[in-house]
Amino acid sequence: SKQTMLSSSRAALVAAAAKLPRLVTRYGYCTTAAGERQQQKPLSPKITTHPTRNDRAKDPRWKDIDMTRAADEADVVIVGGGPAGLSAACRLAQLNAEKGTEMRIVVLEKASSVGAHIMSGACLDPKGLVELFPDWQERGAPLHTPVTGDKFYMLTEKRAIPLPLLPGMPMHNHGNYIVRLGNVVAWLGEQAESLGVEVYPGVAAAEVLYTEDGSAVKGVATNDVGIAKDGSPKDSFERGMEFHCKQLIIAEGTHGHLAKHLINRYDLRAGREPQTYGIGFKELWELSEDRWRPGYVEHGVGWPLDSGTYGGYFIYHLNEGSPLAAVGFVVGLDYSNPYLSPFHEFQQFKHHPHVAAALTGGKRIGYGARALNEGGVQSLPKLTFPGGCLVGCTAGMINVPKVKGTHNAMKSGSLAAEAVHEAIGSGEIEPATYEEALRNSWVYKELHSVRNIRPSFHLLNGRLGMFGGMAYTGAVWYFTRGREPWTFSHGGTDHEKLLPAKDCKPKDYPKPDNVLSFDLLSSVALTSTNHDHDQPPHLTLYDDSVPGQVNLSVYDGPEQRFCPAGVYEYVELDDGSKRLQINAQNCIHCKTCDIKDPTQNINWVTPQGGEGPAYNGM
Amino acid sequence: YIHIINKADMAASKGLKILVGCKRVIDYAVKVRVKPDRSGVVTEGVKHSMNPFDEIAVEEAVRMKEKKLAGEAVAISVGPPQSQETLRTALAMGIDRAIHVEIPLAQLEKLQPIHVSKLLAKVCESEKPDLVILGKQAIDDDCNQTGQMLAALLDWPQATFASKIEPSQDSKQLRVTREVDGGMETIDVSVPAVVTSDLRLNEPRYATLPNIMKAKKKPLAKMSPDQLGVDLQPRQEVISVEDPPVRKAGAKVESVEDLVGKLREKGLVK
Repeated sequence: SKQTMLSSSRAALVAAAAKLPRLVTRYGYCTTAAGERQQQKPLSPKITTHPTRNDRAKDPRWKDIDMTRAADEADVVIVGGGPAGLSAACRLAQLNAEKGTEMRIVVLEKASSVGAHIMSGACLDPKGLVELFPDWQERGAPLHTPVTGDKFYMLTEKRAIPLPLLPGMPMHNHGNYIVRLGNVVAWLGEQAESLGVEVYPGVAAAEVLYTEDGSAVKGVATNDVGIAKDGSPKDSFERGMEFHCKQLIIAEGTHGHLAKHLINRYDLRAGREPQTYGIGFKELWELSEDRWRPGYVEHGVGWPLDSGTYGGYFIYHLNEGSPLAAVGFVVGLDYSNPYLSPFHEFQQFKHHPHVAAALTGGKRIGYGARALNEGGVQSLPKLTFPGGCLVGCTAGMINVPKVKGTHNAMKSGSLAAEAVHEAIGSGEIEPATYEEALRNSWVYKELHSVRNIRPSFHLLNGRLGMFGGMAYTGAVWYFTRGREPWTFSHGGTDHEKLLPAKDCKPKDYPKPDNVLSFDLLSSVALTSTNHDHDQPPHLTLYDDSVPGQVNLSVYDGPEQRFCPAGVYEYVELDDGSKRLQINAQNCIHCKTCDIKDPTQNINWVTPQGGEGPAYNGM
Repeated sequence: YIHIINKADMAASKGLKILVGCKRVIDYAVKVRVKPDRSGVVTEGVKHSMNPFDEIAVEEAVRMKEKKLAGEAVAISVGPPQSQETLRTALAMGIDRAIHVEIPLAQLEKLQPIHVSKLLAKVCESEKPDLVILGKQAIDDDCNQTGQMLAALLDWPQATFASKIEPSQDSKQLRVTREVDGGMETIDVSVPAVVTSDLRLNEPRYATLPNIMKAKKKPLAKMSPDQLGVDLQPRQEVISVEDPPVRKAGAKVESVEDLVGKLREKGLVK
């Protein structure tokens, strides 16, 4: 069976890894037999120069550099200016106004402007927004496109089979709005500022700070600037600053890097399943006017994904004055074939006659990608820790069959704000009432009811794939609405599900035609992503030798294929060997590499603030 | 050519007063798109930042202050309301105060270097700087005109494409090294003068958060073109803006004979 095949090859890999000298990693994957820390032998030229993996206290180049940081105090610091973080900020400001309390609320956002790193469909359920701002319409929230039509298709290679969308099904969109979420978030940022919140775009929170005894979180530090590519200080070097706060709200979106660190430190996943993910692509298209159907929402599954690979597509027709449509594609990251390229599956999908019909005569004007969480309630970590909590996608609240998470993110932000406000008032270190409030809210009710749909894809050991999932949804879920007494498991992490290359068939993707489909690099150019080239790559490796020795030799370097921005390349050296080259400048901050790396050797950390993609209303 | 104006010795204790121009432009890493009506490029919602050459100019002014060559550095920007963000960045880098000449949206697209240099000249009349540093050109229009026009309007000496600015040997003038087609040219200019910055003048510092927060308290004055008595009538009309032609794929040839054959085919060689 697939499971035993996985565990035996994994055992073989661990045995092979144990023979090589390695640093101890958190997962214990790359330890020596005795588990001792060993000096890393330079088996390949140094790739990872980032200070998080190279202690500057021991580096002679940093001997004379003043490493003290300025510190500032705030009551609440929120990392991440997205729907969850800004909802938390606004709700806190509202509570202060209501209760006559005063708090300094600071939002740190790594994008150069609020909304520039937002990547979403999006077909928004306005529930979360309405509760936060009942007068959102007067306030000018950019929800311009109510959904007028809703269809679901099953694509085969040549046909598009319409499937019935009954009211009550998660994919039914009556009452929702098609939005450009980046613009909604920019508007939320303005609301927060008008309520007195300090919002700092262009600032990345790089490090969590702890109290003297290390038990509780006391704040964050922003990123240092002016470190050269080789890890040495430049003339422009400046230390980040510290924010000391009573409560820290982490709202970094799916698979946040500080969230990853906190989840490990406080073991927030104890007794719960690990998170599972998908990678979502989105392009913005200017359609030919005669093919534009404002307000029309289409979802679908099928071709070109094989039935064993989870995924689907969406096409949302906006109505904001020009014939714009959002075309998107999701591939579940629990796929097993290392030769699969989610980007190329997406490009190929647009050639389906049914999809090409909508796009012909149009022009692609935007591209982006981001990992999204698919684990639902099974994968929700413990949401609070001493000194703070997790909100939104960073915890993982997407309703997967509905393909919506923004409304849940906003509600969780509001609930966290209430708990945080209470905790500060009573002097409690952990905002413990937040988790209970979430469990009693419509967020949990909704997530609980759909909890079995995504994992039903793995029914009968995944042999039925998408058909199994759809059959379950139609035959069981439609009647039980989640009241069935069982809860399916996701069956492990996404990265564990990748099979060795020798057990899989390479995939042959067609060349792009530059009309409907495009190559990777010109797509990345559309994200307008940029990073200062002279800084240590922010895609750090725990062990520089692992890519060559495991990722490439066993899995044929899958990071070359799952990265939607061409960051990872295996280049041939003069002696014929291959070396991993990290083109950090291309990164669009999607976090897929950190999720899907079979050796979990890649650790994404934040680059300098203000860098990364510059999405325009995505 | 050395133009001498009677002016205080540069070793004077107060130091030079510097005026630095900053322009808000589309960020250099953004993929620019032509508007469907071909009247210009899409700017709505697009990431903007300070013109890179202006960042270098701001950095130079701040460094001259740190070296005690300059006493006060003032930043000025001519542009829409969002130009204030650009000025805040300059303040965060170490500029003392800022002036925003706000241009109404209707006139923004037709604003040209001739207008900007006239506005700057008017501001120089009241601010009386000893040195004006501008970026050599803006990366959106690539005009490379404002500095030169400003110097002409003020009848001041100009030192464009500066890669180094230092006091002259007798400390009575500025010694500017310029990047020119043939190499480097070093000239001595008297103040007041206009200098435009080139790429290798310096590497700008980052505007870090503590400084951004401090910059909020620095003065930012607003002015209008009417107050300055400058007419913004366009002198040019943009007929159309188009994408550059798509680059056609090349063909690889195997030998020199093939190459000559292909050149003959295209009538490029007899």
